[in-house]
Amino acid sequence: METFLGIDYPTLWYLVVGLLFSGYAILEGFDYGAGAWHLFLKKDISRRIAINAIGPLWDANQVWLIIGGGALFAGFPVMYATMLSAMYIPFMLFLMLLVLRSAAIKFRSAEEMKWWRKTWDIIYFTSNTLIAFLLGVVLGNVLQGFELHENFIYKGGIFFAFLNPYSLMVGFTTLSIFMTQGAIFLLLKTEGKLHDRLSFLLKRGMVFFIVSFAVTSFYTLTYLHGVTDKFKEQPIFFALPILAFLAVANVPRLVSKKKYFYALVFSSLIMAFLLMLVAFQLYPVLLPSTINPEYSVTIYNAASSQKSLGIMLTIVLIGAPLLAFYFLFLYKTFNGKVELDDTSY
Amino acid sequence: MDVEILARIQFAFTVAFHYIYPPLSIGIGLIMVIFEGLYLKTGKKEYEILTRFWLKIFAITFGIGVATGIIMEFEFGTNWSVYSKYVGDIFGSALAAEGLFAFGLESTFLGILIFGWNRVSPKVHFISTIGVFLGSMFSAVWIVVANSWQQTPAGYHIVGEGLNARAEVTDFWAMVFNPSSVDRIIHVWQGAFLAGAFMILSVHAYYLLKGRYVEVSKKAFKIALSVATIISLTQLVSGHSSADGVAVNQPAKLAAMEGHYETSAAADLYLFGWVDQASKTVTGIGIPGGLSFLVHQDFNEPIAGLNAFPEDEIPTQVNAVFQFYHIMISIGMFFIGLTLYASYLWWRGKLFDKKWLLKIFAFSVLLPQIANQAGWFAAEMGRQPWVVYGHLKTSQAFSQEVSANQILFSLILFFVVYAILFLLFLYSLNKKIKHGPYDESENPNEFLKYT
Repeated sequence: METFLGIDYPTLWYLVVGLLFSGYAILEGFDYGAGAWHLFLKKDISRRIAINAIGPLWDANQVWLIIGGGALFAGFPVMYATMLSAMYIPFMLFLMLLVLRSAAIKFRSAEEMKWWRKTWDIIYFTSNTLIAFLLGVVLGNVLQGFELHENFIYKGGIFFAFLNPYSLMVGFTTLSIFMTQGAIFLLLKTEGKLHDRLSFLLKRGMVFFIVSFAVTSFYTLTYLHGVTDKFKEQPIFFALPILAFLAVANVPRLVSKKKYFYALVFSSLIMAFLLMLVAFQLYPVLLPSTINPEYSVTIYNAASSQKSLGIMLTIVLIGAPLLAFYFLFLYKTFNGKVELDDTSY
Repeated sequence: MDVEILARIQFAFTVAFHYIYPPLSIGIGLIMVIFEGLYLKTGKKEYEILTRFWLKIFAITFGIGVATGIIMEFEFGTNWSVYSKYVGDIFGSALAAEGLFAFGLESTFLGILIFGWNRVSPKVHFISTIGVFLGSMFSAVWIVVANSWQQTPAGYHIVGEGLNARAEVTDFWAMVFNPSSVDRIIHVWQGAFLAGAFMILSVHAYYLLKGRYVEVSKKAFKIALSVATIISLTQLVSGHSSADGVAVNQPAKLAAMEGHYETSAAADLYLFGWVDQASKTVTGIGIPGGLSFLVHQDFNEPIAGLNAFPEDEIPTQVNAVFQFYHIMISIGMFFIGLTLYASYLWWRGKLFDKKWLLKIFAFSVLLPQIANQAGWFAAEMGRQPWVVYGHLKTSQAFSQEVSANQILFSLILFFVVYAILFLLFLYSLNKKIKHGPYDESENPNEFLKYT
C-alpha cells in the first residue's frame, strides 16, 4: 500500500475528512448556534443584526459541508452510500431544513409585514435548532453502530430507529455546544443592549452544554461497548479527553473575563478535540456493525483505489492553501461589529 | 409504485428544479462581469446601476441554486447507494476538484460581492465578481465531466463482481477528457449564457415597452443581445459536434433521438413528428436521409437503428427522447433567427422601433429554460436503461435498503418545499423587477445628472 510521510493513503484521507468535518462543525457551529438563539432575541432589529452577523459568511461556511460530503463520497464511497441510505429519514429532514434555513435568511427581512417576519423567524429558529440536533443524532447512531450484514447491507429500522436514547443525548450535546459557540460569536459581532442580552443567554447556554456534556460523557463511558479498551492500547491518546475537558473548563473563564475571541477559539477547540476523540475511538472503523465486527465499514474496505486517493490528495494539497486564502480574505473584510446598510438582509 | 421509479422521479424532480438556477447564475454572472468591467473602464454611472441591479437578482438565483444543489450531492448516497459505490472512485477526484477549486471560490467571494460594496475597493469588488463567475463556470465543468463519464466512460477499469463491482480510475486525464466531456461542457456553458442573456433581454425589453429606465435598458439590451447572438450561433456548432459524438459513442441514443428503427438504413432528420413505439414508425415532417447526411455527409449512408440493439439495451421512452430533443433544437433555431433579425435592426439603427419584437423578447426568457431542461431530459432518458453507459443499469443502481414509503415521504416534502421556494423566487424576482434599477419616483432626474 502506498504511503506519504509513512502514513497510508486511506488513513491520510481519514484525516482529511476529519479535518473537513471539524471545520464544518466549528464554522457552521456558530451559524446554526446563532440561529438557535433567534427567538430568544425579542426585538426585530436584534434579529436582523443576528442574521447579518453571519450574512456574508454562512454561504462560505457551508462550503465545508459540501466539501466534507464530497470528500466522504470520493474517499470512502462505501461509507457514504451505506450511511446515507441507512439514515435516509434524518438526512432527508436535514437537507429539507437546510433549504428552509437558506430561504429564511434570504427572505425574512425582504418584507416589513409582521406576520411575514414572524413566520420566517420561527422557520429560521426551528431549522437551525433541528439541524444542529440532527447532526448530533446521526453522530450518536454512528458511534453505536448500525445493523450491518454481509456486503454492508443494512437491515435495521428505517423510519424511527435513528431516534434512540443515546443518539438523542448526543443530539442535545451537539445543539448545546453549537449554541455556546453561536452566542460567543454573536457577542463578538454586537454592541449595547443586544450584547448584554446575549451575554445573559450565553451563561444559560453554557449551563445547558456542561450538563448535557457531562451526562453524555458518563453514559458513553459506562454503557458504550469497548470505549476504554483503546486507551489501554495507546495511552498517549488519553490526552484527548483531558484536553477537551480543559477546553470546556476554560470557556466560562474566558467569557467571564470578556475575552470573547479566545472563548470562541476554545469552544472551537472543544469541538475539535471531541471529534478527534471520536476519530481515535473509531479508527480504522468508519461505521461499526452491531451484528459482527467483520461486517463493519472500515477505511480499508470502504476506500477508493490508491490511484484515486493519490489524485485527490494532490488536489487537496493544491486546493487547501487557496481555500485558506479565500477564507482569510473574507473574514478580514467582514471583521468587526455588524453594520446594517442597504445591501444587508 | 416501486422503489426504482420513485427514486427516479425524485431525482429527476430535484435535479430539474435545481437546474433552473445555476444556468441563470452563470449567464447573469457573465453579463455582470461585462457591466462591471465597463463601469471600471468608463466610470459611467449607468453601468454601476446595472451591475448593482443584476447583482440583486443574481444573489437570489445563486442562493436557491446552492440550497437545491446540496440536496443533489447527498441524494446520490441516500437513493442511489449501489451507483455511489460503483462510481465513487471515478467521481471522487472530480468532486474534490469541484469543491475546492470551484465551489470554494464562488461561495467565499459571493459574500464580498453582495455585502462588500463599502468594504473593498471597486477593483477588488470587480475581481470578486470575476471570481464568483469563474467559480460557477468551473462548477459546471466538474459536474458535466462526471455526467459525461456516465455517458461515455473512459480512463477506468472494472474491479470486483456483483454488488461489490466498481469502476476505478486508471487514467485521470482520460477520465476528465472522456469522449463527450468537452462538447458537452461547452454546450452546457452556452445554454447557461443564453439563460442569463435572455433573462436580461426580457427584463429590459419589458422596461422599454413600459417606457421606464429607458437609457440604461437600451445599453443593457444591446450588451445582452450581442452575447445572445454570438452564443446562439456558436451553440449550433457545439450541438452538432455533440450529436456527432453521440453517433459514435451512444448509437442507440442517436437512433432514439430521431426515432430511427431500421437495423441498417439511411436515417431521416425530422423537423417535428411523433414516434409510435408499437409500430416503430415516425409520423412527421423531415428531410429524408438528413441524419445520415449530418453524421456522414451522405444522404444514403446507413445508420444503425434501434432494431440493431438488444431489446433491453435501448431507451424505453423513445418518443419522449425524440420530443425533448426536437424541442431543444427548435428553440435553438428560433434563437438564431430572432437574434440575427434583432442584430440586423440594430445595425440599421431601428432596434427599439418594433414593439412586437420587444414583446417577443420579454416572453423569451422562458425558452432557454425549456431548452436546457429538454436537452438534459433527452440526454438522460436517451442514456437509459443505463446509468453508466454499457456497464450499470439504472434498475440495479438504486438503494436496496430504502423503502418506497420513505421515498414517498421525502418526495412529498420536496414537492411542498420546492413549491414554496419557487413561489418565493418568482415573488422576489417580480418585486425586484417592479422596483427597478434605481428609484424614479423619488427623484426622477437623478439618473439624468450622470449622463
